[in-house]
Amino acid sequence: MSAAPDGRAAAGLPAVRVVSLYPDVMDVYADGGNLIALAARCRRRGIELECIDVSLGDALPAAADLVLIGGGQDREQTRVAPELAAHGARLRAWRDEGVAMLAVCGGYQLFGRDYRTSAGVELPGAAVFDVTTVAPAPGEPRHVGEVLAHCALPEGGELAGFENHAGRSYLGPGARPFARVERGRGNNGEDGTEGALAAEAIGTYLHGPLLPRHPALADRLLAAALRHRYGEGAPPLEPLADPYAAAAHRVAARVARKRGVPPP
Amino acid sequence: MRCSGTLPWENRAVSSEIGPRERAAALAGRAAGVLARRAGRGGGTALPGLVAGRLAPRLLERAASTLEHGVLCVSGTNGKTTTTHLLTAIAAGAGLDPLTNGSGSNLERGLLAAFVEAGGRAGALDGAGRVGLLEVDEAVLPLLLPRLRPRVVVLLNLFRDQLDRYGEVDSVAGGWRRMLAEAERPPTLVLNADDPAVAMLAEEVEGRPGARVIRFGVEAPSGAAAGGAAPRAVAGGAVDARFCRCGARLAHDTLLLGHLGAWRCPSCGRARPAPEVEAGAVVLTAAGASFELRARLSGAGLQRARVELQLAGLHSVYNALAAAAGALALGVSPLAAAHALAGARPAFGRQEAFAVEGREVRLLLAKNPTGLSEVVRTLTAEAPAGEDAPAPADAPALHLLLALNDGVQDGRDTSWIYDAELEALAGRVAHLVASGLRADDMALRLLLARVRSDLVEPQLETALDAALAATPAGGSLSVVATYTAMLVLREELARRAGRAHYWERDGDAEAAAGAGAGAAAARDERR
Repeated sequence: MSAAPDGRAAAGLPAVRVVSLYPDVMDVYADGGNLIALAARCRRRGIELECIDVSLGDALPAAADLVLIGGGQDREQTRVAPELAAHGARLRAWRDEGVAMLAVCGGYQLFGRDYRTSAGVELPGAAVFDVTTVAPAPGEPRHVGEVLAHCALPEGGELAGFENHAGRSYLGPGARPFARVERGRGNNGEDGTEGALAAEAIGTYLHGPLLPRHPALADRLLAAALRHRYGEGAPPLEPLADPYAAAAHRVAARVARKRGVPPP
Repeated sequence: MRCSGTLPWENRAVSSEIGPRERAAALAGRAAGVLARRAGRGGGTALPGLVAGRLAPRLLERAASTLEHGVLCVSGTNGKTTTTHLLTAIAAGAGLDPLTNGSGSNLERGLLAAFVEAGGRAGALDGAGRVGLLEVDEAVLPLLLPRLRPRVVVLLNLFRDQLDRYGEVDSVAGGWRRMLAEAERPPTLVLNADDPAVAMLAEEVEGRPGARVIRFGVEAPSGAAAGGAAPRAVAGGAVDARFCRCGARLAHDTLLLGHLGAWRCPSCGRARPAPEVEAGAVVLTAAGASFELRARLSGAGLQRARVELQLAGLHSVYNALAAAAGALALGVSPLAAAHALAGARPAFGRQEAFAVEGREVRLLLAKNPTGLSEVVRTLTAEAPAGEDAPAPADAPALHLLLALNDGVQDGRDTSWIYDAELEALAGRVAHLVASGLRADDMALRLLLARVRSDLVEPQLETALDAALAATPAGGSLSVVATYTAMLVLREELARRAGRAHYWERDGDAEAAAGAGAGAAAARDERR
């Protein structure tokens, strides 16, 4: 970590406590890139990022300012699901205190209320989001491809990414969509919604990874994390120059417009 | 090869069915390829196969069945082309007449094209004296196995790769398991002992009549090696192979490359099997690799041979080892394999070197996280072993061109670059150009790894110009590219180096094998 900016040396570096859930299991789709982006932004600003990995069999730490979980393979998700459901009460309490969260793909599904398998079995989730995910009927295809979406958050703007999921997610009354798809399937390929929002928690199917090409969204999560840690005295986030991010997004968006399937 | 009884790869029931239709289809495919090339449409590796397959739908199984010495298939995520290329050099050196799809076109059409090309102007599909050495796409292998009826299948590894195309790693492994369970007569399996998902495939054939399994693996390093670096255990997790078949989490005593290493299951006791074919005393240098090839095949005792490779990186050691193990399954001796490997040059676009404008340019294909991480590890091989140790002051600064495309063959989704360990490049780069259709994504990923790009130029030829101009005369430039970017850059490099198109390089493998035999003969004389 670089030296603290002037004025903060006495109080020590501002720090955010990041809990990375099952990073060694739910890591099949480079969603670790979100943590890489967050860590780089903290490093450049002299914010300390304390990352705690929680894996199978581990307890949750007592406190967190930011929680991350990515996508995994089906077999691995079935192992994570019961543990995550058991952590549900703590995760929901964190959500209600304004802890920032980013749950992607399989992690998003497991952060939902439940997951119904093709055999009709309902597996409980962590219920951070009022979302139900249903396994596709036999013969129904996975939703794989480019996504272009318009984010409900002002920091999000136009989002471009890649989705690859079998489950179809449906929002309940307690969840707001994270975005609306212009290309791609999003939550279920039916209602045009993508992902879910609850307090400072974001659920999404977007890989890419999401945050490197969308630095304002990364900063929104960081700001929320700092607010959770320091309240009104949270240090402001200095603006950063972000070479390449906008250009990379423009190309990804162009590709998504060309190759992504139009919504129903 | 004449034996009493029917050998598993003998499939005489269809061999007599090569008729006018198949010959005509082969000729039409060949003509289509020639026309495509004259029209300047590239190597035409797909078109001849597409045309021939359309005209004679059963051409593949019929042509395969004519091969006197049967078919050997190579599959897995990484190393198919190089392993097949090395096997071809070994087989040619041993006097077998290989028929191979050397350009890496590994779907049905690519295999058909190889048969069509081998048929020559007469459209003859005569496999007398020939052995088929075919790399096959890992997702397509279960469909093609019953048609090719290989006598040997070499399975290299399973890493995450193009999840948009293959789905999950587990689903490819599941396809292989079913393929073997359903095979009428299982082929001889040559399996990577260090990859748990691959090694456990032996269970599918064990106890079945005629089943034979040869395993290969790299011995865990014990301390530093002289004259180069020993492979060091990698940090990080065994990300693509975490769970045992019994459901428990696997433990790893050593990890050598991605999840490859010494694995064991604390719950059911499954563990890395002792390989019949092993690489020991591995030494890695920037320009190549060497190892002791040890083979313990039943009835032959322990045989040893030192292998000197012109290919760099531990992944190259795995490829050479797999090729040697595959050759042993065909009856080639370890010594003959070692001799041929010494002379083998890189396969198409895989560590190929070109002399361009007084610079040495090395072209490295990287199309998935493990492949790219391993390329970076090889490029930075001169760095000290410790993660935190600073690079020595005299460590060579790298001149790099990194090209990222997003075609179907590259992987449409570029997320995977975030799973590659690019952080090792930080502080090691003199000049870097990011290129390809997703050049900005590559530059962004590198920046997050604290590696600055001197230029971001999507256009590949322009990027190559700039990278060459920034490389001092007599220096070397490393070009790392995804598949479709590699094809363009290779064409450009070959042109600038004054080298022939790859489809005009017939007999390359034979030439390489000849060189290997020559080198071996020279060594023998010195003894």
